Amino acid sequence: MSTSALVADAVSSFKANGRIVIVGASLAGLRAAEALRDEGFAGKLTLIGDEKREPYDRPPLSKQVLKGWVPADHTMLPRSREIDAEWHLGIAATGLDRKTKNVRLANGDLIPYDRLLIATGVRSRPWFNKEEAKLKGLFTIRTSDDAEALQKALAAKPKRVLIIGAGFIGSEMASVCRELKLEVTVAERADAPLIGALGGVIGKIAAEMQRDHGVDLRTGVSVEKLEGDAAGHVRRAKLSDGTTLDVDVVVASLGSLRNVEWLEGAGLATGFWGVGCDAGCRAFDINGVVTDSIFVAGDIARAPHVLYEYQFMSAEHWDNAVIGARVAAHNMVSLEPDRRPHLLVPQFWSGQFGVNIKGTGVQSFGDEVVITQGSVKERRFAAAYGKRGRIVGAVTFNHGKWLEYYTALIEKSAPFPPPSPGYDVPTDTKPVPAEFPDVRAPTELPTVVLTGHDPTDRGAAFAPARRR
Amino acid sequence: MRIVFDLNRCLGYAQCIPLAPDVLKLNGEEAVMYDPNPDDSQRQGVLRAAASCPVQAIMVDFADNGKETKS
Repeated sequence: MSTSALVADAVSSFKANGRIVIVGASLAGLRAAEALRDEGFAGKLTLIGDEKREPYDRPPLSKQVLKGWVPADHTMLPRSREIDAEWHLGIAATGLDRKTKNVRLANGDLIPYDRLLIATGVRSRPWFNKEEAKLKGLFTIRTSDDAEALQKALAAKPKRVLIIGAGFIGSEMASVCRELKLEVTVAERADAPLIGALGGVIGKIAAEMQRDHGVDLRTGVSVEKLEGDAAGHVRRAKLSDGTTLDVDVVVASLGSLRNVEWLEGAGLATGFWGVGCDAGCRAFDINGVVTDSIFVAGDIARAPHVLYEYQFMSAEHWDNAVIGARVAAHNMVSLEPDRRPHLLVPQFWSGQFGVNIKGTGVQSFGDEVVITQGSVKERRFAAAYGKRGRIVGAVTFNHGKWLEYYTALIEKSAPFPPPSPGYDVPTDTKPVPAEFPDVRAPTELPTVVLTGHDPTDRGAAFAPARRR
Repeated sequence: MRIVFDLNRCLGYAQCIPLAPDVLKLNGEEAVMYDPNPDDSQRQGVLRAAASCPVQAIMVDFADNGKETKS
């Protein structure tokens, strides 16, 4: 048998009898499982998820679920096909042994794999003060259980809701509170809502939208202390500007943390950034060497992006999970040269205050922004982001039909400011600084150190973060 | 039944909405809000809404649709 025939034989044998384990049973995990079956994988397929519920969709949680229109357990994802998998739901993966190729579960069971997909996603960042985090009436939102609890609290007509953090989810929740005619304060440490994603120029518009709808928006302040009553229910919040708010419901909307802890000691390139992988979804080990049998998809994946100077990027976006899962699945059952790259122009949407906000590309990669179409005053416009003379991202407010136009420009690395779309063009189309905040904030990075001297034992190891 | 909108793909033409008004709503000018797991009694309207979408942004569960789709 020739070598190529042997390899082809091995691939078809793997597709017939191999074992694939997917850790993470949400959007990316489910779509990967379906795609593996579409690709003809007939072997044993196992899905592991720490939540009890079968895969469900999360974007509705901060919108129609909180509003009380759709019950929290009514966002189960449709399936594209049968997947004939073994499910382990409600039980977390707690370890990975790459030598013996086993995933360890919280109950001690070992699940062997030939190929592994890591899709454990992110969780919401908890309130920083552990004692205060126990207060009743303090919520975060990520899971359907979170949404169910928060929906009940909002339905009980609290006198004032405090939302800490004005990113997309915090802003969406503020919008729901106003639709429910609840008094709501939004406290944001930066100078405007959505500033990390869209910069200060667009953030100012988002701030006006909030205030126009009766949100008590406070920027440039942080919440320093939450106080409860004798029953342990949150009642007051102390802000860094010295003011005190009486509140009954507090939502900490502080972004997310990546679920990488279960991979500790596995020797992969994991950290607060997620799991490093190549554009074909193959995980990097701690040395930055690509692995052959471990793949990554969804929010937790961080891969170099060709359009953005090959910088490693992750995207906590719905389409990144769906499309990344499909690419990972394909590559799990294929060899080169049939492997595909996951070359997504990232996109997102957000509904808030009656405005449909959609984005394409990586806005925060840009340093300039220009309003290219429509009217900011009417909250119906498109804006493009540029860096060094080329377009890198765009955002639309109630102008979604034009998003594809900007995506095509980004794909072509078109010049910035972009050519006039020739329709609905405002009089002033001068680019201005996009006003992104400085992201060089100190983090508790683990230090990676090199060990060994001989070429055979030279490698990297994580040293624990130094205490400050 | 189970549905999901690809709201990246959705361009807000809103042709779907009158076909299943209890399941689909327009929030503002172009943002669709929907019930992801509507009652089975809504099936006819929802299937029509999915078929009417000019950009095929509505995915229906294969068990509700009677056919498998590419995920």
